[in-house]
Amino acid sequence: MKARVFVTLKNGVLDPQGKAIGHALHGLGFRAVGEVRQGKVIDIELAERDEAKARAIVKEMCEKLLANTVIEKYEIELDG
Amino acid sequence: MKSAVVVFPASNCDRDAAVALEQLTGKKPAMVWHHDSELPDVDLVVLPGGFAYGDYLRCGAMAAQSPIMRDVKTKAEKGLSVLGICNGFQVLTEAGMLPGVLMRNAELKFVCRPVSLDVEETQSAFTRKYEKGQRVSFPVAHGDGNYTADEATLDRLEGEGRVVFRYAPGDNPNGSARNIAGILSRKRNVLGLMPHPERVCDAALGGTDGRPLFESLVEALS
Repeated sequence: MKARVFVTLKNGVLDPQGKAIGHALHGLGFRAVGEVRQGKVIDIELAERDEAKARAIVKEMCEKLLANTVIEKYEIELDG
Repeated sequence: MKSAVVVFPASNCDRDAAVALEQLTGKKPAMVWHHDSELPDVDLVVLPGGFAYGDYLRCGAMAAQSPIMRDVKTKAEKGLSVLGICNGFQVLTEAGMLPGVLMRNAELKFVCRPVSLDVEETQSAFTRKYEKGQRVSFPVAHGDGNYTADEATLDRLEGEGRVVFRYAPGDNPNGSARNIAGILSRKRNVLGLMPHPERVCDAALGGTDGRPLFESLVEALS
């Protein structure tokens, strides 16, 4: 089973990197660009076939290490 | 007073901390490798500045999981004094020993310059030799020093007198909430701060405003 974890800043948390990316996109002439938020993608190979168990394990990883839940939220996608 | 400095891979202020500690305590601190599982018998542990584990994932996130941190956490709960400077402060928040988080500087720039700080609290082992409200100058050198926590946590920190150092009005280098530069744990035995007191302990290196912090510890812990 493969897991993909998306870690992003919670709504309302200032994202200066996202803002800088937005400015750069405007500078390149992409006038349609509004607010930009950035984050991380973490791919994990898991020796677990049961989807519910896999989700529980990855959720624990997110809470303990992958995300700092003071400012970040996470989403988990499973494949296989 | 016996002290130790934890050395993580890519710590870079560990020796500065050791020099300051030796000068002000009269004893060489023990240098403890992050992979060790037990601290020696000491009164104070310093988590130094640097870029532990290359700041991978988030600043301090990997260091907070290293074997020595388990012992630091256990002993801090029993009252051991812990001083986290800069990256050390980030490690303390990631380890859950201090609330909140240090985010990327609001201007996205690495800031390296002296800043003015106000000593807000002198009721601590770290600051008893300062005057309440005293203005001091410590250097900062960080890219992720923007202290952030929810409003309830910030109110609690202020209400419990745990905001020890605040950037002087107009001199906040990173966008920190309520100009917070350094905070104490609930039991007041753990201090995390972004500016570097260990770099201003010798007039030949540009200032001595950091000396009272170490002198406070010597007085409180000897």
